[in-house]
Amino acid sequence: MGVLPARPGASTTAAATAAATRRLDVLRVLAVLTVVLGLNYVVWRWLESVNWNAWWIAVPLVVAETYSLVEVSLFAMTMWRARERPEPPPPPDGATVDVLITTYDEPIDLVLRTAVAARDITYPHRTWVLDDGARPTLRDAAHEAGVGYVVRTEDWRGRPRHAKAGNLNNALFLTEGEFLLILDADQIPEPTILDRTLGYFRDPEVALVQTPQHFTNVTQADPLGSQAPLFYGPIQQGKDGWNAAFFCGSNAVLRRESLMQLGIVGYVRETERSVRQALSTARRMLGRARRRAANPTQAAALDQVMSAADVALSRLRVGEAVGAVTFDFQRAVDDASASVVARDVATIQDDLRAIGALAMERDDELGAVVVNDDALSRLAERDWSPLGAVESVRALVRAVDVDRVDEAQPLMPVATVSVTEDMATAMRLHAQGWRTVYHHEVLALGLAPEDLSSMVAQRLRWAQGTLQVMLKENPLRVPGLSLGQRLMYFSTMWSYLSGFAAVVYLLCPVLFLCLGVLPVTAWSVDFFARFVAFQAASQVLFLVAARGVRTWRGQQYSLALFPVWIRATLTAAANVWRGRPLTFKVTPKVRGEGAGAWRVVWPQLAVIVMLVTASVVGAVRAALGYTDWADTSVNLMWVVYDLLVLSVIVQALRYRGYPAGREGAS
Amino acid sequence: MEYETQEVDGTAAVIVPRGRLTMASAPELKALVERAVGSGRTLVVVDLGETAFMDSSGLGALVGGLRSARTAGGDLRIARPTEQVSTVLELTTMDRVLRPFDSVEEALDA
Repeated sequence: MGVLPARPGASTTAAATAAATRRLDVLRVLAVLTVVLGLNYVVWRWLESVNWNAWWIAVPLVVAETYSLVEVSLFAMTMWRARERPEPPPPPDGATVDVLITTYDEPIDLVLRTAVAARDITYPHRTWVLDDGARPTLRDAAHEAGVGYVVRTEDWRGRPRHAKAGNLNNALFLTEGEFLLILDADQIPEPTILDRTLGYFRDPEVALVQTPQHFTNVTQADPLGSQAPLFYGPIQQGKDGWNAAFFCGSNAVLRRESLMQLGIVGYVRETERSVRQALSTARRMLGRARRRAANPTQAAALDQVMSAADVALSRLRVGEAVGAVTFDFQRAVDDASASVVARDVATIQDDLRAIGALAMERDDELGAVVVNDDALSRLAERDWSPLGAVESVRALVRAVDVDRVDEAQPLMPVATVSVTEDMATAMRLHAQGWRTVYHHEVLALGLAPEDLSSMVAQRLRWAQGTLQVMLKENPLRVPGLSLGQRLMYFSTMWSYLSGFAAVVYLLCPVLFLCLGVLPVTAWSVDFFARFVAFQAASQVLFLVAARGVRTWRGQQYSLALFPVWIRATLTAAANVWRGRPLTFKVTPKVRGEGAGAWRVVWPQLAVIVMLVTASVVGAVRAALGYTDWADTSVNLMWVVYDLLVLSVIVQALRYRGYPAGREGAS
Repeated sequence: MEYETQEVDGTAAVIVPRGRLTMASAPELKALVERAVGSGRTLVVVDLGETAFMDSSGLGALVGGLRSARTAGGDLRIARPTEQVSTVLELTTMDRVLRPFDSVEEALDA
């Protein structure tokens, strides 16, 4: 089972508090030591030991080492404030709570097991199954179990669905509890989950309480690295210390008011931005159409709408309310179009279709309608019929107006900016000044993917989602965050860029063993003194921070999944900057077919073969006297480390799922 | 929380929420706006003069009502906010979309 954070009983005593303080002191000393020794190594590497004769690999290596130093330093900063919270205050009396269970296509019995456990939570509440699959059998089962059942309203028909975020947003307007406990379909809650978490909300500034995700269908060895004991432990506690505990999508309680406030603020920001953009485009479209006006009546109508657009834009510039401005603008367009006769209906229809095709691009992964700049300027460049231009302007501004007819509901409290809604939502809460809490006690038990392919698909999605948020709403620039919060978000995003560094780390020994290329000027005593000191300090920091939980699996996967991280980075960048699709999948909760899983990890298998081959070549070269045995041994040790790390992939390929699961329903 | 709806004429209505406009009472406000719009009174003024307290869910109901009214070719306007309501409007930047009017008459005539 690993080390489960259990209900802290004795930790409130003075002795425990003193021990915790001492531990934090040790962590801080180690944190400083690691960063100082890291600088001592990396600065020396840049200044003294880059082999410029082989710059094409020497520079990538020193850059990769610098990347790692930044990563370790951010980890050290996280640990600076990693402390256990004392016992939570008792829950408030009479709070109203909705428990929301999100599902899309999970098996009915799995959803129902969670629903029944949720229904039996002791603190008074209402339970709802949010079924994005709208399955009648699940509806009947939910009614029979005595829990509520919610599907999307009619408003969502033909509009972007926004996946899980959309599912939650839909339910937000159909329920009315002050607090919302959010559970994935496979997360079975403990009866005490609300009693243990609601107390934190006595602080009116607290918006979120996140508890760990822990998986029951995982063996002791955890070959797929499903448990994240370092994240749901020291890292979340450290982030919590900087008031930056993350929202992780499930097993969390949220304050409705804080989410609704996000919805309002987001709505205002989006509306202002898109209305201004639409009006500017309208202005350019009208300018072009005006030059082609067929007769004075049409010209007059176009002039009228043009001046209305000018007035609207200048009123927005001086800060008038968007609602009033667009209302008057729509009226002016009505008046103008009434004055011209629709002679060529076909042209207008054609023009209207062009609006649908050009201005609003649907992003299939997010399900979002994006009013993108390129599309808008193409719209402005089109040759409009004069009357078509008036009608098109109306349609264009209408689509982004204060009533947001492009969306199922004007307010989207849960962020729809990314495929992973949780991180973006938490960051916006923090930017609004809300506080979040990480409560370190397992209060729900879930299911992890049981085969390599599903696991890789899940990690890819998380990485893509995180990087999407980073590229769209860079935490270093988002207004309203404290420096600590900025760095806590940045740290997580930064860690997903590790794929590129991994390639360099894997390639370097191969280059030496096969070709004799050395990226470092000398494996001197100086090198080892600096390198070993830094490595030792950072490993001890990890060890103390981890407090006895096993982190080796996580360390292995952070290197071994390098192709996933690279793919996530490239696809997220292509998505955000070029509007390319991400090919996004819902994480499967039941075991998929194992055959052919090697295809998912062929790059890693190829690297293993390459490393073994290079070792043989290197040994032969050294034996023949082409290279020095000292250099060769260092590189062979490097290869052994890489192989130990990558061996987890072989273990994962051989894994046949959790034994109990095979006998059960799946 | 209680609501009063005054029908000004065939095209306009005034809705007066009295008390606390929160997550518990917000759905009713949205329903009332929809009813007024459905009966052809597409210009709806929400008189906030007796609304002692409003939270973000209350604002959400106003946005929902604004959408119903606009979709029907009308408008939703707000008037006479109390001090607490004004603060909420500013805090959430909602006043950048819906600017409150000083009186119901001004809201109807704008």
